[in-house]
This record gives sequence, structure tokens and C-alpha cells, in this order.
Amino acid sequence: MTQDINFMVGGEAGQGVQSAGLLLAKAMTRWGYHTFADQDYESRIRGGHNFFRVRASQAHVQAIAEPVNILIAFNKESVDLHRVGVVSGGAIVYDGESIKDVTGAGLVSVPAQKLAEEAGDKLMSNTVLLGAGLGLIGFDLDVLADVLRRFFSGDSGEKNVKAARAGFDHVLKGYPNTYARKLKATNAPQRLVLTGNDAMSLGAIAAGCKFMAAYPMTPTTSIMEYLSAKQKEYGLVVVPAEDEISAINMVVGAAYAGVRAMTATSGGGFCLMVEGLGLAGITETPIVVIEGQRAGPGIGLPTRTEQGDLEFILHAAHGEFPRAVLAPATVEECFWLTVKAFNLADKYQMPVLVITDQHLASSYAAIETLDLSGVTIDRGVLYDGKAQGVYKRHAYTESGISPRAFPGKPGVLVVTDSDEHDEAGHLTEDADTRTKMMQKRMRKLYGARKEIAPPHLYGSKRAENMLIGWGSTYGALKEAADMLRKQGVSVDVLHFSELWPFPAEPAADAMSNAQRTFVVENNATGQLAHLIRRETGRAATASILRYDGRPFTPAGIVRAVEKEGCR
Amino acid sequence: MTLTVKDYTGLTPAWCPGCGNFGILGALRRALVEMGLEPHQVLLVSDIGQAGKLPHYAGGNVFNSLHGRAVPPALGAKLANPQLNVIITAGDGGAYGEGANHFIHAARRNHDVTYLVHDNQVYGLTKGQTSPTSEAGFVTKTTPDGAPLPINPLLLALAVGGSFVARGFAGDIEHLTTLIKQGIQHRGFSLIDILQPCVSFNHKNTFAWYRQRVYKLDAAGYNTGDRSRAIAAVQEWGDRIPLGVFFTEQRPTYEDGFAALRAGSLVDQSIEPGRVEKLLSEFM
Repeated sequence: MTQDINFMVGGEAGQGVQSAGLLLAKAMTRWGYHTFADQDYESRIRGGHNFFRVRASQAHVQAIAEPVNILIAFNKESVDLHRVGVVSGGAIVYDGESIKDVTGAGLVSVPAQKLAEEAGDKLMSNTVLLGAGLGLIGFDLDVLADVLRRFFSGDSGEKNVKAARAGFDHVLKGYPNTYARKLKATNAPQRLVLTGNDAMSLGAIAAGCKFMAAYPMTPTTSIMEYLSAKQKEYGLVVVPAEDEISAINMVVGAAYAGVRAMTATSGGGFCLMVEGLGLAGITETPIVVIEGQRAGPGIGLPTRTEQGDLEFILHAAHGEFPRAVLAPATVEECFWLTVKAFNLADKYQMPVLVITDQHLASSYAAIETLDLSGVTIDRGVLYDGKAQGVYKRHAYTESGISPRAFPGKPGVLVVTDSDEHDEAGHLTEDADTRTKMMQKRMRKLYGARKEIAPPHLYGSKRAENMLIGWGSTYGALKEAADMLRKQGVSVDVLHFSELWPFPAEPAADAMSNAQRTFVVENNATGQLAHLIRRETGRAATASILRYDGRPFTPAGIVRAVEKEGCR
Repeated sequence: MTLTVKDYTGLTPAWCPGCGNFGILGALRRALVEMGLEPHQVLLVSDIGQAGKLPHYAGGNVFNSLHGRAVPPALGAKLANPQLNVIITAGDGGAYGEGANHFIHAARRNHDVTYLVHDNQVYGLTKGQTSPTSEAGFVTKTTPDGAPLPINPLLLALAVGGSFVARGFAGDIEHLTTLIKQGIQHRGFSLIDILQPCVSFNHKNTFAWYRQRVYKLDAAGYNTGDRSRAIAAVQEWGDRIPLGVFFTEQRPTYEDGFAALRAGSLVDQSIEPGRVEKLLSEFM
């Protein structure tokens, strides 16, 4: 039987929920398990209630699952809120000296603060409880110690090892059989544990991004922070701009000058960027914009997930211009589609948007190492210096792509304009030139369309039911399909991670045999369902929508589609 | 080959006859030629409106931006390729209204660019509405009872750390040429606010009105290194209006702060995906 376990770490902001959760994910990964971990946090610096869920499995899981096997609670609230979600036979690990009045089954009381103080610092209570939680499943303390030493630098590595050992030993002595399902290490290649944001940051550096300007906004702030930390070593300039308007316009200027450039934001910041997006469109400047969605409108739910910006992103900015829109399904795709975004942008001289959401941006997944030899760099058609007469930045061509030159080179002047312009880039109001220039720009989409991958099909294309989604829901959809199949339901998954230009033909083809289609989205209006209907003429049987700021779980999808007639 | 103003000739200007912009264009051309800058070494980034058309008439590399947004793309281009001489042109609406935030922060961070603001105290291309620098009481179609207090761009620049703060006059090309040259030579953010009479929509602040009032700071033995004195000097307005450099200081530019730029222009730096390998181990 496949070993599969769900941990939850809960507590206040500032209690070390995030680091304990991440260490748990790293430890299980080092033990050879596939892991997936998500973060649920409030928009505050201290206090409140946060939790971090870690799922570890011998199967390749890419979603969070219910119920919780082991709850590691840093405060009373975590016990009270989440004990209902703990499976029968599960365990609740907590500091019984500070959390009183807890009764029931599966309780594992650890004097965490006391043991942490003995190990050298009471702030390490979280590490004590982590050690205790892993002690329950029969984890290998040496592996945990190694993970802790890598994570904490200097002295604090050893101190944390001591703290973890104290929790571990306490459980071995006091609660050897409280949790019956002991797990074993499994053989696997060493995997990386990273978030969607981490993968996008690495993708940007690998793709040769040299310039980033951004304004911090949850959930994409860590991309800006990561690139800032690496800018010296990797030849980058990262500008913390005064606002998102400035950020995107700086990016357009840097890209015009000749470097790969990007920004990252969330929906609210992207609202401020849309005019700049149009500027990139008309000046044919290649830029990459990462938009990590969160629940809107307005400030919405600042730290929570949603897929509410799809139609906005497809149409953002006035007027019409070519763009590409990618929406990674997994942490791996966050890397590869960021690389692809830079290539598409350069090749078609247009803005490319990469959409994630809070769930994918801040969830950790264990992935096989990234094969960097697969990264290709395509800067597109560059000017060879052999123009008849003056260089024309926006020369008419069959493909619509005009050879690019960069300002600063003798004999070439690069002229472009946010006004409609002629081939040389000078502003014009001539009707004929306008028509030709619009056609030239829009023609680029014929080429770009061919580069868009068809949607992922998980299944045979012959199933009676089809679950359809985009972006971060892929892992949950696949697992929901697995659960339905076990119940004898005939079901496929069709999932889009490259959304524009829309792959209409492969989508229509993949959907052609399904009798019932269920479009599953984290929004209130069914935006992908609209897009599919518009582009293929096919209406969904039902939309399964969730817009409470929380991600789908496989079991939640199963319940919802069964209610809508999936059988 | 000797550089002449013919090297800085673009399209034929579509400005009103007698427009103050002609003086600014003339001074910019002369400054670039006298400095020996080849057109390919110059990037002109502009706002929109009548001032925004200047780059098309001047030559050089041109990036004609959005309203209020001339500054950020200019900063981005300069950071990507610091060898470019980046000059921004905008009107008072774009510079001090729509784009005031960018102006403030570009001055504060001290990006090495030169900002020429065509300040005619009125919106011209939309045909005569109030601007952020319209004098108090100035009657326009959108301020029938008179405009509120204007912004003082030079005082604002001083307040936010502008390292080169100057005022020119479109009616004195010779003096303006000198200012533009000084601005380009200055390492850091240079603001040159240029009094530019609008012959169509501002019938108060005319060439004649200015000629009766302007005087030059440098003739009066003015010290450009004294910020406190500059703060007083930029507030003189009315019967006498000072022209020239009010304040200048040397301090590190924003570009100086980036290690990546010590290896030269980012545009010339190679892309090596394999170098990311080293970063992967951080995630184990």
C-alpha cells in the first residue's frame, strides 16, 4: 500500500509555523517521499492564526489532502480549530505545560518550551514539537539532524538538533504507540523543495533576465526578494520602484534598451500596470509580467488564493495588441514557463504574462532536479545592420516581426512611439499606415499561436466525464480523477497551462467525446468556461467554483462534481 | 566628420508658429553638438503632448512614452545601458501632475538622467486647461474661477534630494544651451525647468512678460553649493524671476549602487543558464 501522510503545523504568526512546516517538508523529502505543502496565513505580522500543511506520499502527489494525520499545534487555538480535521487514530502534538484543558484521544503532550530552554533557546519550541511529530512516525533522527544543520547556520544548527532530539526522545519514551502507522524511508533521487515563486525566480535567472522592477505585493514578493539577493552574483539590476506604474514602465525602458526584463505583482498592482502593458504592446517591447493572483477586487483577501483575473489579464489595457498568457500548473512548470515567457516575448516582441495564484506561489513541492541543459535562449530576430537607408524599428514583414536593434550602436537609431507610428517609429495619424501597422502587429499571433502547447490530457480522451481546469488546480484535479476512477467513474482531466493564444483546436478535439464536462475554477463566474465557450463553441455541463480564498482539495472536487451529476 | 545641428534634424515640427518649444529644440540641438555627442549615443525619452513630440524633431534614439510616464522608461533604459546619454522631455502636466511621483523618486534616488520640463503653465494640446504650475487665479476652461496655488517644481526638487536644480527660459537659447550641457554633464538627476511661453493658451506668461522679469543667477555671484540659499532663491517669482543653476551637488548616482553595472552595460552581458545549477542546492 502506498504510504501517505498529512501533517499540519498551526500557530500564531511569529511562532515559527512556516519554518517548522518547511523543515518537515524537507525532512520527508530527504526520506524519499514526494511532498506538497501549502501555507494558510493572515495579513498580519504577529498573532492571528496560520497553518502549514505538509503532505508526504510515496506517490507523486501535487495537492493537499484531507484529513490530517498529525497535528502539531503551537497554541490552543490550533488545537481547537483543527482537531476536528484530525483522522481517528491520528495524533495532536502540543505543549501540555502551556496549553491546558485539552482532552480526547491521540494527545501527545510535550513540554516544548522547557525542552527548548534546556537546548539553549526557548524560541526553539517549534523545533522541539517538530522533532516530536516526526518521532511519532518512526522518523530517522540523523536525517532530521542533517536537514536542521543545512537549514540553520552556525551554532543554531546544533542547538536546533538538540531541541529536535529532545522532542523526539520525549515521544519515544512517553508515547511510543500513540500513533500506530510507522513509516519507512523510501529510495528516491534527491529532490528539491521549492515554491512556485522560487521556481519562477530560478527560471528568470536561467532565462537571462537582467532587469526587474517591482513593488512588493503578496503573493509574489519573494520573487523580487530572491532576485535582489542574487543580483550581485548574477548580473542583475533589481529596482524597488515607487509604485507599480513606475515598475512596468521601467521594465519597458530596460527591454527597449536590449535586456530581458520583468516585473512581478498581484492583481491590484497589475491594475496599475495595464497602461504600461499597452505601451509594451504598441512599441513591440518584449516584457514578462508575473501576476500572482489573490482574492479581489480591491484589497480583497490579501493573503488568499483566487483565479479571478483570467479574463482581466486576457483583455488588460485599451486597444488591441498581441500578448501571450501562460499559467503554470505545477512548481516545475513555474520554472519552465517562465523561461518560455522570455523566449516568446523576445521572439514576438510582445508582453507575456505568467499567471499563478497565492496557492501555487507559496506552496512547496518536492521536484526532481531541474535539467538546465533544457533551457534554450531565443532572443528573436535581431537587426543585421544591413538596412537600405535608415533602420526601421517597425518594418513591415510577412511574419509581423521586425528585426530588433538596441539603442547605442553606431549607425543605428532606434525610434519607437506609444502613438501609432510608421515603420521608422515616427508618430503618424495616417489611416493607411495605421491599418498596416495594426495588421503587422496582430500578424505576430499567427506565429505565436503555433508555440502554444495543447492542454494537458490526463486520461484516454474517451471518458464519459471530463474535469477541466487551469493553473494551480492541476494536482488536485488529477487526484480527484484518480479517486473517481476508483469508484468506477469514467473520467479524464483536461488542463490548460498555456492559455493565450488559446489552443482552441486541441481543446475542442480533446473535449469531443466527453458527455459531461465540469470546469473547476477558483472564481465566482467561471472565466475559463467562458473562454472555452467563446473559442470552441462548447458549453460546460457545470462550473465548479470556489471563491472563499482557499484552494481546492481532491476530495472537495469529488464531492462537488458528484453533486453536479458526474457519474 | 564634424558634428553639426543637421545631425539632429528629424521631422518638421507641427508646433504653433512662435511656440516656446522651438527655443528648447534649438538649445538641445546646440548642446548635443557642442558636447560632441553622436545621435546614437543619445536616447531621448518623452512624455506626450506638444513637448513630447520634440524627440521626433531632434533625432537620436527615441522612446516616446505615455502621459506622465516618461521618467520610468528612461530610468530603465539607463540602468540597462548606462553608456546612453538619457534625456527626458515632458510638459508641466506630465512632469508635475500625472508623473509627479516618478519625478520625486528619480530625484531622490539620483538616477543619472537629464530632465527637461517644458513649463508653459497650461495644457496646450488639450487646448487650454489648468496645469499644476498655472499661477494662482489663472482662469482657464477648467478653472473658470481661477486656479489654486501652483506647485514649485524647483522647491520640490530641492526637498527630495535633486542634485542639479536649474531653470531656463525658452526665449534665451544661448543660456538654455549652457544649462542643458551642464545638466547632461552632471552625474546624477538633473532637473531643468524651462519657462516656455504658450502663444495659444497662456496670454499672461508671454515672451515679453518673461523678458521684463528674468535675470541670471550666475551674474550675481551666486553659490550653487548652498542648499539653504537655493531654497530661498527658487521662491523668488513675480517682478523678478531668476534663471540658472540654483543648486548642484556631487553624490553617488543610483546606477553607482549596482554591482552588476561595474561589468559594463547589462545589454552586453552574456546569458548563461548553467550558472543556476549552483543555486539549486539551496533548495535541498
